[in-house]
Amino acid sequence: MPKLNMVQAINLALKEEMERDGSVIVMGEDVGRDGGVFRVTEGLMEKFGTERVMDTPLSESGIVGTAIGMAAYGLRPVAEIQFMGFIYPALDQIFSHAARLRSRSRGRYTCPLVVRTPYGAGIRAPEIHSESTEALFCHMPGIKVVVPSTPSTAKGLLKSAIRDPDPVVFLESTRVYRQIKEDVTDEEYTIPLGKARIAKEGKEVTLVAWGSMLHRCLKAAEGMDAEVIDLMTLSPFDEETLYRSARKTGRVVVVHEAPKTCGVGAEISASLAEEAMLYLKAPIMRVTGYDAVIPLPKLEDYYMPDVNRIKRSIDEVMKY
Amino acid sequence: MPEKTIESCNITRLDILSETGEADEALMPPLSEEQIRKIYALLVLCRTFDHRALNLQREGRIGTYASILGQEASQVGSAFALEKSDWAFPSFREMGVYIAIGYPPYMLFQYWSGDERGLRTPDDLNIFPVSIPVGTHIPHASGAAMAAKYRKDKVAAVAYFGDGGTSEGDFHEALNFAGVFKAPAVFICQNNQWAISLPRERQTAAKTLAQKAVAYGFEGIQVDGNDVFAVYKATKNALDKAKNGEGPTLIECYTYRMSDHTTADDASRYRKKEEIEEWKARDPILRLELFMERKGILSDEYKKKVEDEAKQKVDDAVKTAESVEHPHPEDMITFTYEKPTPRQKKEMRDF
Repeated sequence: MPKLNMVQAINLALKEEMERDGSVIVMGEDVGRDGGVFRVTEGLMEKFGTERVMDTPLSESGIVGTAIGMAAYGLRPVAEIQFMGFIYPALDQIFSHAARLRSRSRGRYTCPLVVRTPYGAGIRAPEIHSESTEALFCHMPGIKVVVPSTPSTAKGLLKSAIRDPDPVVFLESTRVYRQIKEDVTDEEYTIPLGKARIAKEGKEVTLVAWGSMLHRCLKAAEGMDAEVIDLMTLSPFDEETLYRSARKTGRVVVVHEAPKTCGVGAEISASLAEEAMLYLKAPIMRVTGYDAVIPLPKLEDYYMPDVNRIKRSIDEVMKY
Repeated sequence: MPEKTIESCNITRLDILSETGEADEALMPPLSEEQIRKIYALLVLCRTFDHRALNLQREGRIGTYASILGQEASQVGSAFALEKSDWAFPSFREMGVYIAIGYPPYMLFQYWSGDERGLRTPDDLNIFPVSIPVGTHIPHASGAAMAAKYRKDKVAAVAYFGDGGTSEGDFHEALNFAGVFKAPAVFICQNNQWAISLPRERQTAAKTLAQKAVAYGFEGIQVDGNDVFAVYKATKNALDKAKNGEGPTLIECYTYRMSDHTTADDASRYRKKEEIEEWKARDPILRLELFMERKGILSDEYKKKVEDEAKQKVDDAVKTAESVEHPHPEDMITFTYEKPTPRQKKEMRDF
């Protein structure tokens, strides 16, 4: 089995889906001739032609807006926004139209659209290139939010996202892109949306994370009887797996690199309080980015939760 | 080296039917007498619908409504040129477009009364539900046109919007995409001179809205928007051009919003009565009636028949809309995703 990094695994998922279904098209800034700024779409234009791999004008709202029209017409567009920090001009399209088209038309029109975008800090990038604002999208009914943490799950999740009948925002951690390689089969498989994955089983404490933070949680959990949940789909998130684990361990630490206030961790904590409060032996802890603008590279290592911060929170809930 | 002109911009204005009902025969589109009668009946139906909607709003039987009074020719004339397979992307002031392509009027009343089911487009029509955020639906038309081109379908996509919409970023992004990808799209701007309280000259310093197309590499044309023949002809030409692979067109229909912005607005706060009086003389229906009288195809009897039929249709539509059973509260959740999420399933237990 070939060892692939996440860039290659996502590329493979796109290739397989484009081979499988002629209605799948890829569009975005520099995705064609250049293969994308992270090379995720490398080789696709050569293989599938400029009609299916479209280099678009520099126009985020235009990219998502036209993709909505294509999706409603019957195509399955996979639109790339070059960095998550550049997605904001397209929020109106995502929130006011992609998320609502099925509802507004009572199911006559649907929007099977995937918006892929690299997110997160940790690659020494300029300002606005390190955003992690997944919570914005999770708050909006009508869209799904998916964040893979590994190459093999990225492939299976992206294939499901492309086949999903509703719009999916698919966030790819720039830090993970080339950080790990693992076996990724080129055989057919998908990973269902809305289901979490137990990345490591344990009994004493539950760590919940997604994307790049999953790897720091696994590191922090080394030598401990900790359960690590890779949430994978943030909206709708897998409540059952989460509650089951919390009821078993009685201790939960949620880790994300986005700021704490109104982050996805808040939703997870509140849900646990509603559904598993009587099983808990300690307060639910959140280890997150700070309520501050994500700093430029000199301070970004202080901003992102690291293994020590996660360990300190684990210690706290264990000693409580 | 001398400076030289490397690009210039010429904008055509098309007028066919004068205010006194005289048509320029050389420019007249090939419409049969039967088609002209059909257009006339649609114009009357639209005005009757609009008038009734305003009354229903005053009586508290529907919610806020955006009148199309004065813009009937822009809407009917353009929609009449569409084929069943073409796709339309309207904004909120386009009831005439819906009616002209055969959308059941009762569903429109149902929608304005606050029931989403009114926007469930019948399967045999390709028109998007009403889009409220100004200008944001224009890229959808570019995208659908790009998809039609990719599929090699002989289909065009048409976006409707107003003069205010041309100031939104999405208008420009949509036209730019359509130009770059040579998409079979037609952009129909109903320049009704007012975006709520902002007059057209404060919307842009450009002399026309049609010329905005030039920057995106395709043709823009201004037509008399109260001249149903001019609107029809420009739209038909643009649709044919689109389907022949010759790219998009922007059509500026120069018209006037005779009514308030919506029933929640009072236009007397910001515009003069005299201006409205001036435009009354340019009424699109009156003008067609004068033309038909000249041609001897509009008797008082026929006119009354058309008006009675329109009234009957609108009466029936109101009756049907008001007899539809109340939507089930679960409906607000049902259409969020293809299948409800586990949390939504729990929420549905409230009903």
